[in-house]
Amino acid sequence: MSTLLLSMKGVSKRFTLHHQNGAQIPVLDQVNLDVRTGECVVLDGPSGQGKSTLLKLIYANYRLSGGEITITPPQGEPVDVGSAAPRALLQLRRETIGYVSQFLRVIPRVPALDIVAEPLTEGPAGSAMTLEAARETARTWLQRLSIPERLWSLPPATFSGGEQQRINIARTLIKPRPLLLLDEPTASLDGKNADVVITLIHEARSRGAAVIGIFHDTAIGRAVATRHVDVSQFRKNA
Amino acid sequence: MNQTSMLASAEPDASSDANEINFAYLDERTKRMIRRAILKAVAIPGYQVPFASREMPLPYGWGTGGIQVTAAMIGAQDVLKVIDQGSDDTVNAVNIRRFFERTTGVQTTTRTHLATLIQTRHRIPETPLQEGQVMVYQVPVPEPMQRLEPREAETRALHGLAEYGLMHVKLYEDIARHGHIATTYDYPVQVNGRYIMSPSPIPKFDNPKLHRNPALQLFGAGREKRIYAVPPYTSVESLGFDDHPFEIQRWNASCTLCGSNSSFLDEVITDDAGTRMYVCSDSDYCQARQSDSADSADKANQAEAV
Amino acid sequence: MKANDVMPLPLLSVQGLSKNYAGRVALQDASFDLWPGEVLAVVGESGSGKTTLLNTVAARLQPDGGQVLYDTRDAGLQDVHAMSQARRRLLARTDWGFVHQHAADGLRMEVSAGANVGERLMGLGQRNYGRLRATAEQWLERVEIDVARIDDAPRTFSGGMRQRLQIARNLVTQPRLVFMDEPTSGLDVSVQARLLDMLRQLNQQMGLAVIIVTHDLAVARLLAHRMVVMYRGCIVETGLTDQVLDDPQHAYTQLLVSSVLPT
Repeated sequence: MSTLLLSMKGVSKRFTLHHQNGAQIPVLDQVNLDVRTGECVVLDGPSGQGKSTLLKLIYANYRLSGGEITITPPQGEPVDVGSAAPRALLQLRRETIGYVSQFLRVIPRVPALDIVAEPLTEGPAGSAMTLEAARETARTWLQRLSIPERLWSLPPATFSGGEQQRINIARTLIKPRPLLLLDEPTASLDGKNADVVITLIHEARSRGAAVIGIFHDTAIGRAVATRHVDVSQFRKNA
Repeated sequence: MNQTSMLASAEPDASSDANEINFAYLDERTKRMIRRAILKAVAIPGYQVPFASREMPLPYGWGTGGIQVTAAMIGAQDVLKVIDQGSDDTVNAVNIRRFFERTTGVQTTTRTHLATLIQTRHRIPETPLQEGQVMVYQVPVPEPMQRLEPREAETRALHGLAEYGLMHVKLYEDIARHGHIATTYDYPVQVNGRYIMSPSPIPKFDNPKLHRNPALQLFGAGREKRIYAVPPYTSVESLGFDDHPFEIQRWNASCTLCGSNSSFLDEVITDDAGTRMYVCSDSDYCQARQSDSADSADKANQAEAV
Repeated sequence: MKANDVMPLPLLSVQGLSKNYAGRVALQDASFDLWPGEVLAVVGESGSGKTTLLNTVAARLQPDGGQVLYDTRDAGLQDVHAMSQARRRLLARTDWGFVHQHAADGLRMEVSAGANVGERLMGLGQRNYGRLRATAEQWLERVEIDVARIDDAPRTFSGGMRQRLQIARNLVTQPRLVFMDEPTSGLDVSVQARLLDMLRQLNQQMGLAVIIVTHDLAVARLLAHRMVVMYRGCIVETGLTDQVLDDPQHAYTQLLVSSVLPT
């Protein structure tokens, strides 16, 4: 039995550039979207049309210009993303939303293994793992995503784009969270690794998570989606 | 008035009232100011009381603080002893004693047990002091933390708030550097469980004598303009660590002259070959022991002769 | 696990803080709360008031208006500036830390590394040399300073080592709140990276709350959960770090973010 996880009502987003005479850049308008557990919603539409923006609004990386976003974790109270205190948003990100962005931003010195292991060591006492135990789990994930073992002790700054992307995926998915936001997770991956990602998405769904994803490869999009949403419908006509 | 008679009237004339020096050199108002400072110091054991240090007929660094305290305390009935490094007859001790003889006419002595007022530089006599006696110490640097914290505003706050971690940092450094607390003189103490004080550059050997001493102990620093005090029977504890406690110096020798093995010994090189002998630093104590043993030898001879 | 667990009280609450210097407004009506374990970056350019804010909150300066409330261990929420000097100094030496931009301002340069680390403990009455030394050794290891340097004075240390020693000196009493004033500026880039990583780990392991003043947005992004942007003495924008950096709302913030040279 699926539950409502995400509810977007009348969400709009525009950017105001103060240093270009207050020029306004509208991106999204009147977004209405509900996502339930077990779904995989694939966002479609030409690039530059607001797909990434939508994910960033959910993740509270971008601020709402209008409307409401409500996230209801399976065992918790609903959180109004637009008005929640920073502390509540940080907790939401730790426990409820996993976000694979297009960039891997990490402190230069940390080895790949620890970057992947770290999310498991965070959290309240009792649910947090020790670093050693977390590393064990991290190794499994790195193996699964075909990261060669010789790279595990190295910081990812020197890795290829595809390797960095796989690290990004590993460190986000290693901690099971109810809502996953994936922004072009397979963009730099070859066929074999892309298949692994598809499998991971299926696994996440079957444990009850909901996935919202952007896939530049339409075939992959079709392979994972339970439904498609065309974002260009929310694009305000200039 | 012509030039010659001006010069003539400028010559010092001992009988003229204008040239007479007050008893103990300082004017009465100054003495009262210093006594007020002393009273404050006695009321707050170990606390450094600022005072308006006067110009004295010796330069800073020669005991002007101790002299001002003695000058404020001394009365016609006092018997004064002055020592420097334990000796009554070094240049400094002789000069200071003569200064007080000339400006007060009081009786002076070299015998510790006969003195009512003792001014000292850098030693405490071996003979235990008694109630009613007053010890005046000459102090160069009254602030025990000065080396580590030269800002006076800061050290005042540290004393006021009893924040003494820094003092133990100094001792820690000694142990780290030398394996033991290397400070051998001017070893810091805590007075009455409250203020940390510099006991003046006495050897640490003397520190135990400060503790619950029946005499009144006063400390004067002329250049730094501070007076502090340890009232009779006050606790004075030398700082240390649990695992590196305070320890006094010990010698493997005894005094060549009097045979004492419990006094502070000076090392004296007697020839160019480096031959050395150990002699009591406290000259009065050493001489007394020598004449005592001479007396008992005489008595023994007399007994034999009979 | 409920999404909205019972929120603990803020560790620190800054309310309407103001500070003037001879008629010039250095800080105006600054307010924010800080929870245990949170890292808050205060960014802005020179003259923005960020250092004044830090020093006023850390009770090194007296404000002209507003208050700073801190949740002390023994007496609950207390107005930091209304405390006695003795209590404030004790707080600064136990439950708080302050890491200066120039390590020499936060260390005793002539005293050994071990004594620098042990001083706070000696001030609290620790009187066992052996144990003091052992604690100092542990902390030197933790901040990745060769333990063999324990008896060396920081005069002989490199800039990065001095900063790490300063951190150890502050953390030895397990403070809950640490103030940092541009702790990585002036250091080589690789040294900076090492220090940032260490600060991040310490923040996580010790549940430290940190207020860090920096002009380097990259440092803020990597280290801070939240950020406030200061301009001419006022907080012009506040939010999650990535929010402020990726979706700046205020004109000045937009200027600041767009001015960073790309690498």
